[in-house]
Amino acid sequence: MIFTEECKDAILRGNIDQARDLAHKVLDEKLDVNNAIDGFSLAIREAGDLFEEGEFFLPELMRSAEAMKAAMTIFEPVLKERKEDRSLGKIVIGTIEGDIHDIGKTLVAAMLSAEGFEVHDLGADVPISTFIDKALEVDANLICISALLTTTMVGQKKLIDSLKEKNLRDRFKVLIGGAPVSKQWVKEIGADGSAENAVSAVKLAKKLIES
Amino acid sequence: MRPNIKILEDEIKEKVFVEAMEILEEIGFFVENQEAIEILQEAGLNVDVENRRVKLPPDLVKKSLQSAPSSITLFDREGKEVTKLEGDNICFDPGSAALNVLDPETNKIRTAVTKDFIDFTKVVEQLEHIHAQSTAIICSDVPEVVGDRYRLYLALIYSKKPIVTGTFAKESFEVMKDMLIAVRGDEKELKNKPLAIFDACPSPPLKWSNLTCQSIIDCAKYGIPSEFVSMPMTGANAPVTLLGAIVQHAAETLAGLVITQLVSPGAPVIWGGSPAAFDMRKGTMYLASVDTILIDLGYTEIGKYLNLPTHAYLGMSDAKILDMQAGFETGMGTLLAGIKGVNMISGAGMMNFESTQSIQKVVIDNEIAGMTFKFINGIIQRDEPIAKNLLKVFQEKTHLLAHDHTLKWFREELYLPSEVVDRSTKEEWISKGRKSIGDRANEQVKKLLKKYPGVTLDRDILSDISEIIKYKDNDFRSKLDI
Repeated sequence: MIFTEECKDAILRGNIDQARDLAHKVLDEKLDVNNAIDGFSLAIREAGDLFEEGEFFLPELMRSAEAMKAAMTIFEPVLKERKEDRSLGKIVIGTIEGDIHDIGKTLVAAMLSAEGFEVHDLGADVPISTFIDKALEVDANLICISALLTTTMVGQKKLIDSLKEKNLRDRFKVLIGGAPVSKQWVKEIGADGSAENAVSAVKLAKKLIES
Repeated sequence: MRPNIKILEDEIKEKVFVEAMEILEEIGFFVENQEAIEILQEAGLNVDVENRRVKLPPDLVKKSLQSAPSSITLFDREGKEVTKLEGDNICFDPGSAALNVLDPETNKIRTAVTKDFIDFTKVVEQLEHIHAQSTAIICSDVPEVVGDRYRLYLALIYSKKPIVTGTFAKESFEVMKDMLIAVRGDEKELKNKPLAIFDACPSPPLKWSNLTCQSIIDCAKYGIPSEFVSMPMTGANAPVTLLGAIVQHAAETLAGLVITQLVSPGAPVIWGGSPAAFDMRKGTMYLASVDTILIDLGYTEIGKYLNLPTHAYLGMSDAKILDMQAGFETGMGTLLAGIKGVNMISGAGMMNFESTQSIQKVVIDNEIAGMTFKFINGIIQRDEPIAKNLLKVFQEKTHLLAHDHTLKWFREELYLPSEVVDRSTKEEWISKGRKSIGDRANEQVKKLLKKYPGVTLDRDILSDISEIIKYKDNDFRSKLDI
């Protein structure tokens, strides 16, 4: 099997060990790291496509994302050393304060990370100030804020209001997510968007950062 | 004979119970609330204060189960008994706290306002087979912070039926409890004759949040029934196996039960839930799936095994319009919950992942509830001999339509649906305008709204609760249509 085929196989099967072995092989045999990452990236994109076509289910998609991450973790120190930045952008993500639901958020974080974003996952029950502090600290492009409850959803508005107050609204794009979030709510609070699933969230994030 | 259904073998039930206790003993659960932590510490438990985790010894779980009552009687606003949540009795209430409504005129989902909830409550008040109300619809035209108490306020005014409700903010309990006391007369009467049930949802896996802990503690203090609504999602925040979800449900529910019994031994609690088969394509919590029904009936059997009143969110749909999916999901869930004898079956009217209430659907669901009551009564022998004497009648007559025996029994033997269910001939159906069930339900809604007898709550009590609910400059009384 040629190398890119092997990458594809590892990612689509969600074989974390195989992905790790392949990454080590690249380093050990001094193969082109960028080529290897391209191979993995193609595979994860295919996983996303398969998901959207209804061939793949969430457990398979998540597992592919985890295999991808396992390989990237091995490449990271090398990229850092060479001062190469392949990151698509920096994202701070979390579930709002008062809300301890984080399945949806974790799914989105995993897909963003697998696609090549630098993702800082703050977890659940995160105060607004923490989102902003972290975004400033890592110089993020995008803040993703999730809320499952109608009672905590208002925190998404507070985040945007707080960014406005601090004159930071233009510095970060803001994506919101969670079951009660509607297009109307996005508009009402002035967020930059929301997506119906993790794969479209990644597409939206890419689009926002490119623009 | 009452028809019944069995989901779990007896040995499996004991296994689920034992493993749930092992989980609480070895892994423990997360408890966010300070008062709950203190209660657990006072009981001599070693709480990991930093991580807010506590482990429960099996003996304490068993002791708590012994003090929790196996029956809860609900009474209406006038003090009349409505139902006993025990054994295989069933009672229906609408699904609660919907963010949106399906507009009966446009058939579109939209944000809800006060009028939607008032109309809904007036209609449910007159539905024969739905014996309890719920604080069913979130009204977007009042401040969010008072939404929970405002819904209870409206339900108390427009309906006599007992109410399934819940707090969305810790501070609300005091106000809601005071309104219930004002209606019931005093604290003792409220304890003796429960008028409302408070839902409290632990967060999977094994977490009791600040708000939900507070709700069950406060309810236990006042003898108000708490309904635990554990909601594991298969393969996401719970094992993907249905039995695994049932074990997790048991562990989360037992944790809540222990807290309530430490606050006040004998505090009334309901073994409820709203687990969901996590949809592996959409990542949604599919609440009307056949898998969800299986989990619900399974954990209900555990609740019955532990001799507790039971509850489930069943008999709703995840459809967005009143289509065939809405019908089959609701029909399957309702009938099976009824056969199982889930004491409180919540969900009537509800669609779209517990987010959308439909006033038409609640009218349709009333029919399904009626048919379910009829079904669980089973087949009864009325005569001896059973049919022989009646068949002799045919020697002289060609039919039994006007026979004494028919007149005596037909109302009991046959379920007589309202006009919502179409039983007309094709010609009649066409001549009456080819109406769908949604159209017919909407006609029924309009009739019921016209027929609503008016608010019968004592005017002094109305003034009292209007005073209790006052919040900043909001005069909620002005929002009433009386």
